[in-house]
Amino acid sequence: MHITVNVNDTDYSRDVEPRLLLIHFLRDDLGLTGSHWGCDTSNCGACVVWLDETPVKSCTVLAAMADGRRVRTVEGLERDGVLDPVQQGFTECHGLQCGFCTPGMMMTSRWLLDHNPDPSVQQIREALSGQICRCTGYENIVRAVRWTSEHPAGSDTAGVGEEVPA
Amino acid sequence: MTATTEQAGPAPGAGQGQNRAYGPVRRKEDARFIRGQGTYLDDIKLPGMLHGAILRSPVAHARIVSIDTSAAEAHPKVRAVITGQTLDGLGLAWMPTLSQDVQAVLATDKVRFQGQEVAFVVAEDRYAARDALELITVEYDELPAVVDATKSLDPDAPVIRDDLEGKQDNHIFDWEAGDKAATDAVFAGADVVVGQDMLYPRSHPAPLETCGSIADMNKVTGQLNVWTTTQAPHAHRTLYALVAGLPEHKIRIVSPDIGGGFGNKVGIYPGYVCAVVGSIVTGKPVKWVEDRSENLMSTSFARDYHMHGEIAASKDGKILGLRVRVLADHGAFNGTAQPTKFPAGFFHIFTGSYDLQAAHCEVSGVYTNKAPGGVAYACSFRITEAVYLVERMVDVLAHELGTDAAELRLKNLLRPEQFPYTCATGWEYDSGDYPRALRTAMDIAGYAELRREQAEKRARGEYMGVGVSFFTEGVGAGPRKHMDILGLGMADGADLRVHPTGKAVLGVSCQTQGQGHETTFAQIVAAELGLSPDDVEVVHGDTDRTPFGLGTYGSRSTPVSGAAAAVVARKVRERAKIVASAMLEVSPDDLEWTDGAWRVRGDPDKAKNISEIAMAAHGALELPEGVEGHIDAEAVYNPPNLTYPFGAYICVTDVDPGTGQVKVRRFIAVDDCGIRINPMIVEGQIHGGLADGVGMALMQVIAFDEDGNCLGGSFMDYLLPTSMECPSWELGETVTPSPHHPIGAKGIGESATVGSPPAIVNSVLDALAPFGVRHADMPLTPANVWSAIQGQPLRTDLAIP
Repeated sequence: MHITVNVNDTDYSRDVEPRLLLIHFLRDDLGLTGSHWGCDTSNCGACVVWLDETPVKSCTVLAAMADGRRVRTVEGLERDGVLDPVQQGFTECHGLQCGFCTPGMMMTSRWLLDHNPDPSVQQIREALSGQICRCTGYENIVRAVRWTSEHPAGSDTAGVGEEVPA
Repeated sequence: MTATTEQAGPAPGAGQGQNRAYGPVRRKEDARFIRGQGTYLDDIKLPGMLHGAILRSPVAHARIVSIDTSAAEAHPKVRAVITGQTLDGLGLAWMPTLSQDVQAVLATDKVRFQGQEVAFVVAEDRYAARDALELITVEYDELPAVVDATKSLDPDAPVIRDDLEGKQDNHIFDWEAGDKAATDAVFAGADVVVGQDMLYPRSHPAPLETCGSIADMNKVTGQLNVWTTTQAPHAHRTLYALVAGLPEHKIRIVSPDIGGGFGNKVGIYPGYVCAVVGSIVTGKPVKWVEDRSENLMSTSFARDYHMHGEIAASKDGKILGLRVRVLADHGAFNGTAQPTKFPAGFFHIFTGSYDLQAAHCEVSGVYTNKAPGGVAYACSFRITEAVYLVERMVDVLAHELGTDAAELRLKNLLRPEQFPYTCATGWEYDSGDYPRALRTAMDIAGYAELRREQAEKRARGEYMGVGVSFFTEGVGAGPRKHMDILGLGMADGADLRVHPTGKAVLGVSCQTQGQGHETTFAQIVAAELGLSPDDVEVVHGDTDRTPFGLGTYGSRSTPVSGAAAAVVARKVRERAKIVASAMLEVSPDDLEWTDGAWRVRGDPDKAKNISEIAMAAHGALELPEGVEGHIDAEAVYNPPNLTYPFGAYICVTDVDPGTGQVKVRRFIAVDDCGIRINPMIVEGQIHGGLADGVGMALMQVIAFDEDGNCLGGSFMDYLLPTSMECPSWELGETVTPSPHHPIGAKGIGESATVGSPPAIVNSVLDALAPFGVRHADMPLTPANVWSAIQGQPLRTDLAIP
């Protein structure tokens, strides 16, 4: 079947099998490999992208269901060469280690902060509770979201190799 | 988080202001990961690449009567179907394991666990490959399965490994350590002896990225390129050469970005071999990536130790001896990944952190109809099981004596003046100040106040637990004379090139899976050479670009490869000294390395830094003897001993006796891993390990039903901790440098995974003490806790009846 999906503000038209999963459409057909596949059962959230304005687990959404709709992925967080503050927050607070869950975590965090600019630690934990990180024990992910909340315009000081302020 | 730091003494070799590059610098890796620009295995797409999928056994034990692949071969998108018979013709139906056993790549005679590999389909896309699996018909003649390890040696137990000549039972090995006679004598004379059965149940590391491989065999050149999810690329290259008879110089292994390993990505899996064969057969690159169920059901599990511990003590609480019997469930093939001479890993470090008179352990390994593996999941080669055993036994003893668990530990911990300390089973602990670490943890926790709160709550019928654990690890395998894997000594290489402008490239053999090597190792070199970490690029994960070494697992990267990085940087510095002496026209003996430069003694303004020296070494300067034209160097580090990180953990839980629900309210972790190169990364590693502890203690188990069906084959059934189960971790630290490591560092990657489960279990059982519960096995799920309160804790490795 023929579908047209707007991904990160670009329209993509492709012939796809009706059974094709959105995560595979993004990764294999469009080459947007920033979103990851981790479990097949909607438990891990490595595949979280936005469908229109809502985070979804793209391993359990058909590409056909995205026909005529907008998708936003991790590749769409950075705009005009400027990192989204949530991307800065994850670096500032060491909110990632292997990096595999990170795109999904950041997409959900961005959605949370858009709807609740000053979330409590408990609200952050609840928002991320449908996603799994095997490396960080969640502590620094929570801090990363708090940092982003406290720096809504981001920071221009974040640089590789610089010491993180205490 | 509370951060408490106590430091004892300077790091050896780390004086003279060289530590300026150490500290919580941001990670170099993050730039690509936060943009979705990491390159994980499944992100790689080669021209003409085909996709493989594995047909797996639906049953745990059966004879294969027939396999019909004709319908699958007729599928328009299928390029090849490979069975055990195909592989048999190539001599590849069986492959050696890392423990002197063999494992079926694709089954030829029988299937021996649910999920075992039976056939491999290569097709044009991943969906077609899966479709074709359904077109293969396999006729099985089912056999009774051995599921309960405690019955595996019964005379009437079905023999699983009838492929092994003359094999008539399911026994793999018997092994012992310690002095049995001396231990028995200590027990005979002790006032108090307490015994306890306990199970460390089977779990799975479950990295978020599953395992996979892309093989690309060029038949013309004979070159085999393999991109694969491996923690040990060099070991894989040598194993492919040994297994498949391929020339090693024609094999290149690339380990790209790895989405978590935790020991799951050490060994070679049948799917990797199938991808190679698929590429040979089709002449195209073949990608194989397992799905989550395949990952949980067939790749390296962890633990599965049935233990009986006994502890002997005097009436006043002086621990005298430990005696342990273990039944080790190794699954259908003995594929544990560990140093050759240690069939039970490093389990015999089970005397832990205590000064005992004698100890003895006996371990018997058995086959069952379950997936192979055993050493995985941040276990430090079975030290996880050992620490759990001793820390539960100390609590059982405290329960028996009616003494406080922390006080009993303080009374028995090794004292600082006893280091270096040789334990009852022969390990030489390098350094430690154990009471200081435990007291630091008790201070952060407010231990006395917690006990008061607990007493008040108990009086009101509320059940709160305070659990303590103290662990000693032995990490950084290891000294070549003691430790090898399949004959490969466990030393690591490093090479360091310094370009003319003073920018450096470090090549290391280990492979990061999230540990931040690209940052930490750059800091190590930068500290030694007076550079910025930004000026040091770390190359890893590619056998064509890095020196030989055994990889990243068992917390060995910093202890071994990190040491190699420091040593090679010091070699560069010594070569630079010769060049500097020519530049400054002084004798090398008149130079000293201070503030990041070679300086003339007594005239420190006359100095040359590494950048200046590198340019001169590549330039027209007439070089003295000992330097040929650059200052590059290479090194191999053969560790003289393991490093012994340690820590004190305290866990506070609240237990609802009506539902059995456990809430981890607080977790205090004081770790001592010697010198911390990047404290931010160290703390992140600890956080992750603590979450693992919550998972293992309360949630995670790979159990089986009576037919051998895996009951943990998806994330719907194998429950991992989320942000909701984890508390905000409270960390503290002490710093006791390793005396033999070049920069005084010890490993940290597995400490929290090793140390936290007993703290949580001890805490829950402390909460349940009023109910008379002395022990219950992990995971302490609500059902299990509730049953324990009713006096019947569950057998957690089998289906709940």
